[in-house]
Amino acid sequence: MKEAALEVRGLTVRFALAGARQRVLQAVTDVSFSVPRGETLGIVGESGSGKSTIARALLRLVPASGGVAWFKGVDLLALKDEPLRAMREHLQIIFQDPLASLDPRMRVAQIIEEPLLEFRPRMDPRARRNRVLAMMERVGLLPAHLNRYPHEFSGGQAQRIGIARALVLEPELLVCDEPISALDVSIKSQIANLLKDLQLQLQLSVIFIAHDLAAVRFSCERVLVLYLGRVMEIAPRDALFSAPRHPYTQALLQSVPIADPKRARARLEAPIVGEIPSPLSPPSGCVFRTRCPIVQARCAEQVPQLRAVGASEVACHRAGEGPSER
Amino acid sequence: MSNAPLLQVYDLSVSYPSRAGTICALDAVSLELSPGEFLGIVGESGSGKTQLLLAMLGLSAQGAQLSGSINYRGQELVGATERSLAAVRGRRIGMIFQDPMTALNPYLTVGTQLTEGVRVHYGLGRKAARRRAIELLEAVQIPEPERRLGQHPHELSGGMRQRVVIAMALICEPEILLADEPTTALDVTVQAQILALLRELRARTRAAIMLVTHDLGVIAEVADRVLVMYAGRVVEQAGVEQLFASARHPYTLGLRRSIADLDGPLPERLPSIGGNPPNPAALPPGCAFAPRCPQAFERCLSAPPPLVNIAPGHARACYFEGPLEALAP
Repeated sequence: MKEAALEVRGLTVRFALAGARQRVLQAVTDVSFSVPRGETLGIVGESGSGKSTIARALLRLVPASGGVAWFKGVDLLALKDEPLRAMREHLQIIFQDPLASLDPRMRVAQIIEEPLLEFRPRMDPRARRNRVLAMMERVGLLPAHLNRYPHEFSGGQAQRIGIARALVLEPELLVCDEPISALDVSIKSQIANLLKDLQLQLQLSVIFIAHDLAAVRFSCERVLVLYLGRVMEIAPRDALFSAPRHPYTQALLQSVPIADPKRARARLEAPIVGEIPSPLSPPSGCVFRTRCPIVQARCAEQVPQLRAVGASEVACHRAGEGPSER
Repeated sequence: MSNAPLLQVYDLSVSYPSRAGTICALDAVSLELSPGEFLGIVGESGSGKTQLLLAMLGLSAQGAQLSGSINYRGQELVGATERSLAAVRGRRIGMIFQDPMTALNPYLTVGTQLTEGVRVHYGLGRKAARRRAIELLEAVQIPEPERRLGQHPHELSGGMRQRVVIAMALICEPEILLADEPTTALDVTVQAQILALLRELRARTRAAIMLVTHDLGVIAEVADRVLVMYAGRVVEQAGVEQLFASARHPYTLGLRRSIADLDGPLPERLPSIGGNPPNPAALPPGCAFAPRCPQAFERCLSAPPPLVNIAPGHARACYFEGPLEALAP
């Protein structure tokens, strides 16, 4: 395997809740993964699965309670003050809501050049302007857009501004937190294509967080499936989509609407019942067991550890069992 | 059951005056809804799909100018008094909103919100209303319905909340259920459950359902017939299998192709529709899709194409006669 750009081991994030009872919400539990250099790792899961919390912990926007994240020879989670600030040059993020993540009082030129002013203060103003223009062209914005304000743009265009801002420093690692979820159907593909082009051109290492499985299949070489803060499965793209090993991954894939009326109607029942439990009172043992179609007694007692099954790593006591090799 | 349409919308337009000029939210939309039919309306933001539902409930925002006709069983709803609208709204036509958290009152228990409706509409006593509320929760497959009556919306999961909203819409056994993106706020495994519930309700209650969504996948799961909207107009209308097998409007085809597969060969690029959705305050004089259309030619810039039947049950609004090309990736 290629050298890892980012290596995360045992990431755990807990939030202490306000109130006298001192309750603790465990949002992410013992998550490990690596992002090979120049590759895209997809993180999928439903709301409450902890996928955005992972992004925020890596960017140090929320404190991690445990674990390490090796990036450029240092542990991101242990960096303090100035070294942390300096590291942000190499670590950028694109947010879900493009308009909410752009300052409404800044013009496009100011938004895109701000990271340069912060990290390359001695850059010649003309070189800086050229850099901004080149970045705009790369993401499909016109020079005429330089002096406009974010509200003058549609969602897709605003996301292009966010991408230009994130990439103007040529970071090594780009975290995309639901970058296309808020966009119209006809625009989603444009932005997914753009991100993939840029990833290849700039040899970016990317964490791509999404609940849109088709977009993840298109964008990512490897996929991590998260449920209630824990890794259920990590697998290369083709293995995950053609032979999902974890019953949750299987249910997730089967739940995606099929854009073919005949096939869609052939299945009458929803693939799984119930909903993701509250992270305040996660089930004992395997967190997925309350909705699992193949649950057994031991699933309530032992937390299944990730282990290799075929090309995948799966956290299920029953994965790889039987002739169908589930 | 007669086959006369329950609801006929004819030449309905909705516009709003604004400083930037008149915003045309809905432009000459016509449709029919038959008893027990599941009609899907698909469109992106600004297509007018939600405006259509609101107009049918007489809930268009203040300042809206409506013209045309909405005929419900012989009764004209455009320009009807608030009083006669109120008699239809909620009683004969129920509504399911996108975000169950805002559709429910956070201060009241599920039981209070459900029994209030039952008591207002049926004049039932407290006990009978409670029995009816439990029946409704059972109808939407909520486990432990009696316990749920005492809970507040925040104590329920997203899927359970949406089931409560659906139960509220069912209180009066409406003939028509309007659903505005009812699964958009939900996770995919829960979406599958709610879509299965809507299918089951339609089969059991024979209510006609009109579901608005941006997701052609959802349409494929539930609709019998589909209206595709763009910039306030209907651009294509067909039976669901017809629409998926042989879309005849370039926009429909573009949407269809924009849906990436979960199986099959992995494409180099995802097909997309170029450009951006139009600004509703500055629509072009011709076809609103023309600036993004691979097939556009001179005529498309002159006047919007009318919706014309091209096969039984299949209509489209497009001047282009030749075979539709693949979209540029």
